[in-house]
Amino acid sequence: MYPELGQIALILALLLAVLLSVVPLVGSVTGRDQLLAFARPLSAGLFVFVVLAFGVLTHAFVTDDFSVAYVANNSNSMLPWYYKFSAVWGGHEGSLLLWVLMLVSWTLAVAVFSRRLPAVMVSQVLSVLGMVTVGFLLFTIMTSNPFVRTLPNVPADGADLNPLLQDFGLIVHPPMLYMGYVGFSVAFAFAIAALINGKLDAAWARWSRPWTTVAWAFLSLGIALGSWWAYYELGWGGWWFWDPVENASLLPWLSGTALMHSLAVTEKRGVFKSWTVLLAIVTFSLSLLGTFLVRSGVLTSVHAFASDPDRGTFLLALLAITIVSSLTLYAFRAPVVHVRSRYGSLSREIFLLLNNVLLVAATLLVLVGTLYPLVLDYLDMGRLSIGEPFFSLTFSPLGIAAGLLLGAGIFSRWKKTDGGWLGRKLLWPLAISVVATSAIIAGYGSFEPWAFGGVFAAVWISVATFWDLRGKSGSRKGRLHGLRRQSRSYYGMVFGHLGLAITMAGATIASNYGIERDVRMSPGDTAMVGDYRVAFTEIGNRRGENFTAEYGRFEISDREGEAVSTLFPEKRQYMVQRNTMTEAGIDAGLFRDIFVAIGERVSDDAWAIRVQYKPLVRWLWLGALFMAAGGFLAISDRRYRIRDKVPDSREASSPVGDRGRPDPAGIAS
Amino acid sequence: MHPIRKKRLTIVLFLLVGVSVAVALTTYALRQNINLFYDPSQIASGEAPVDVRIRAGGMVEEGSVQRDPESLKVEFKVTDFTSSVLVEYTGILPDLFAEGQGVVAMGRMDGNGRFVADQVLAKHDENYMPPEVNEALDKAAGKRAAMPAAAGESSAGY
Repeated sequence: MYPELGQIALILALLLAVLLSVVPLVGSVTGRDQLLAFARPLSAGLFVFVVLAFGVLTHAFVTDDFSVAYVANNSNSMLPWYYKFSAVWGGHEGSLLLWVLMLVSWTLAVAVFSRRLPAVMVSQVLSVLGMVTVGFLLFTIMTSNPFVRTLPNVPADGADLNPLLQDFGLIVHPPMLYMGYVGFSVAFAFAIAALINGKLDAAWARWSRPWTTVAWAFLSLGIALGSWWAYYELGWGGWWFWDPVENASLLPWLSGTALMHSLAVTEKRGVFKSWTVLLAIVTFSLSLLGTFLVRSGVLTSVHAFASDPDRGTFLLALLAITIVSSLTLYAFRAPVVHVRSRYGSLSREIFLLLNNVLLVAATLLVLVGTLYPLVLDYLDMGRLSIGEPFFSLTFSPLGIAAGLLLGAGIFSRWKKTDGGWLGRKLLWPLAISVVATSAIIAGYGSFEPWAFGGVFAAVWISVATFWDLRGKSGSRKGRLHGLRRQSRSYYGMVFGHLGLAITMAGATIASNYGIERDVRMSPGDTAMVGDYRVAFTEIGNRRGENFTAEYGRFEISDREGEAVSTLFPEKRQYMVQRNTMTEAGIDAGLFRDIFVAIGERVSDDAWAIRVQYKPLVRWLWLGALFMAAGGFLAISDRRYRIRDKVPDSREASSPVGDRGRPDPAGIAS
Repeated sequence: MHPIRKKRLTIVLFLLVGVSVAVALTTYALRQNINLFYDPSQIASGEAPVDVRIRAGGMVEEGSVQRDPESLKVEFKVTDFTSSVLVEYTGILPDLFAEGQGVVAMGRMDGNGRFVADQVLAKHDENYMPPEVNEALDKAAGKRAAMPAAAGESSAGY
C-alpha cells in the first residue's frame, strides 16, 4: 500500500513542478503579478510531496518491505538499522530520489530566504529550478522508479547492500556531495533569470553569491568525505585515484571555485559579468555531466550501480537540453550587458582573472583526461586509459601557480595596485616562506622539486594570509579589537585560503614522503616502516553482525621500542553476497597515519601485508573542513541577514561603491 | 587604442595564453601517459611494444597461479582462450583476484614475452567483467570460429 502512495506523491510532485516551471514564468513575462504569487506555494508543495515519497521509501527500507524491488536489491533483514537508513541512497533509484529531494530543498530554501528580492526575479529563479526538477522527476519516474514492486514473487530476503557501502562514509558522503552538485542549480537559475530579464547587475551577483558559496562548501565536504572513505574503505590507502567518477565531482568544484571568485568581482566592481554568467551555466552543466557519467553506466565503478541504456540516453538528453538552451539564451542576451568600470593592468581584478584562467584550465585538463578515453572508445578507436601520471603532471603546476598568485593577490587592491608597493609588501612573506619551506623539506629528508613547489605554495598562501590579517587587524585599541573588527566574510576568505593551503600541504607531503611496503609476514614477524616497527603477533577470527572476519593483531612501536598502538585490520566475508572486503587498521594522527592492511594468504602461515606510513595525510581532509567552514562563515556575514535591509539595497545599486561601510575584506565581502 | 578595447584585448590575451598553456601541457602529458590496451592474442603475435607501459587483460588461467615461497612474487597466465601471456607481479593482489576471473594489469613487456605488472585490477563485483576483457574474449572466440577461412591472415581487428 505505502509504496503506491510514494508513487502517487512523485507524480503529484511532477505536476506541481510543471506548474512551477510555467506559471510564474508566464506571469513574469506577461506582467501578471497574481501569477508570480504562485511560485512560493508551489515550491512548498513540491517539497512536501518529494519528502513524502522519500519518507515512504525510507519506511520500506526500515520495515524490510522486500515487495519493493529496489529494497529487495539493496537491503537485507540482517543489515544493521543505520545502514538500512543509508541504503535508501545506496543504489541508483534511491540516490536519484535523494538528488530530487536536495533539489526541492534548495528550491524551498530560495523561496523562503529571498523575501527581499524583487518578486519577478524570485519567481523566475523558482521557475528555472522547477524546470530542472521536472527533468529529474521525469527521469526518476520513467527510467528509475524506486517503487516498482516484485509482486507476486516477493523474495524472502533482500540481496543486501554492497559491503563497500556499509560504512559511515556512505551515510554522509552522497548527501553532502549532492547538496553541492544540486546547489549549483541555484546559481544557474539566478544566471538564467538574469539573462531573461537582461539585468546582470551587482545586485544579481550579490544574490547568487551566498547560494554559490554554500553549494561550494557542501561540495568540498562531499569530495573530502569521498576521498576519506576511499582511503580507509577501499582498503589500500590511496586517497585520490583520478578515477572518472572522482573527476566528475572535481569538475564542478573547480569551475564552482572560479565562479565564486568571479562573482565577487562582479558584485564589487561590476565587471566580468558575461563571464560570470557563463561560469554559472558551465558549473551546473558540469554537475549534470557528473551525474551523467556516474549514473549512465558509461563508466564501470563502485558508483555505477546498473547499466541501463535508457538511463544514459535520458540523462544525455537532459544534459544536451540544458546546455543548448542556456547557451542559446546566453548568446542572445549576454551582449546586452556591458562593462562600465575600469581597472588597471595590476589590480585585484587581474589577479582574480588569472585565478579564473588557471581554474578553468584545470577544469579543461580534468575534462579532457576524463572524456578522451570515453570518446575514443565510443568511436571505436581503441581502448586506452589515462592514469594518475597525466593528472599529476598537468595538475601540479597549475595548482602551484594558483597558490603563488593567491598569495600575491591577497595584498592587491581593486582598480589599481602599485607594483613597487606590492613588491615591498611581499618581501617579508616571501622570505619567511622560503625559510619555512626549506626547513620543512629538510625535516622530511630528500629534496624533491615538486614537493618543494607544493609545500612552498602552501606555506606562501598561509604566510600571506596571516600577514594580511596582521596588517588589517592593527588597531590603536589593541590587536584583539582589530581582529574583532574584521567581518565574517573576511574570516570566511581566511579560512577558505588556509584550507586550500592545508590540503595542498597534505597532498604534497603524503604523496612525496609516504612510505608504502608490501611484505610477506607470518605471526611473529616484524617489519619496519619509516621510524615505526610493526609486529604481527597473532591472527584470529571474529563474527560481526552480518559478516565473519579474519583479523590480525599488529603492535606498533617507535624506534625506542615504546608502544604506539595496536591495530586490528580485518578481512571480512559478508554472508549474503559472499564478498571479501579488506578493512584496514589505521593509527590516525595529526602528523602521520600508520596503516596496516591484510592482503591474501600466500601460504599456510603467511599473509601478504601492506604497511604504510602516511605523513600529513589527515591534512587533506582537514583542509576541506577549513574551506567548508570558510564558506559557511562567509554567508553568515551580517550583510546577508534578512533584517539588514537598507544599506544592502543602496550598496547593491552602485556597483562601483565600495565606499560607505569600511570594508577591509575586499574580495571576501 | 580605446581603453575599453585595450582591456578586452588583455582579457582575451590572458585567456589565450591560459588556454594554450593548458593545451600544450595536455598534449605533452597525454603523449607520455596514454596506456593502450592489448589482449593476449595481440601480445602473443608480438604487437605489444617492449618496455612501454601498457595494459593487458583477460581471464586468469585455471591452475596457472604460482607463488614464490619467499617473497610476494606471483606468476600467473592471462588468457583469452586462444593465446595466453605470462604475468609476473610482486605485491598484494586484489580481493577478487582468483583463477577463472577477469583481470586487467598495468605494466611493461620485458624482452622475453613476459608481462611485468606493477598493478593488477579486479573489480569489486564478482559479476563484473572488465569491458576490455569481455571484448578480447569475444574477439578471440570470433577468430577461432573464423579460423579455417582466415588462416593466412593475422590482421588485428582494431
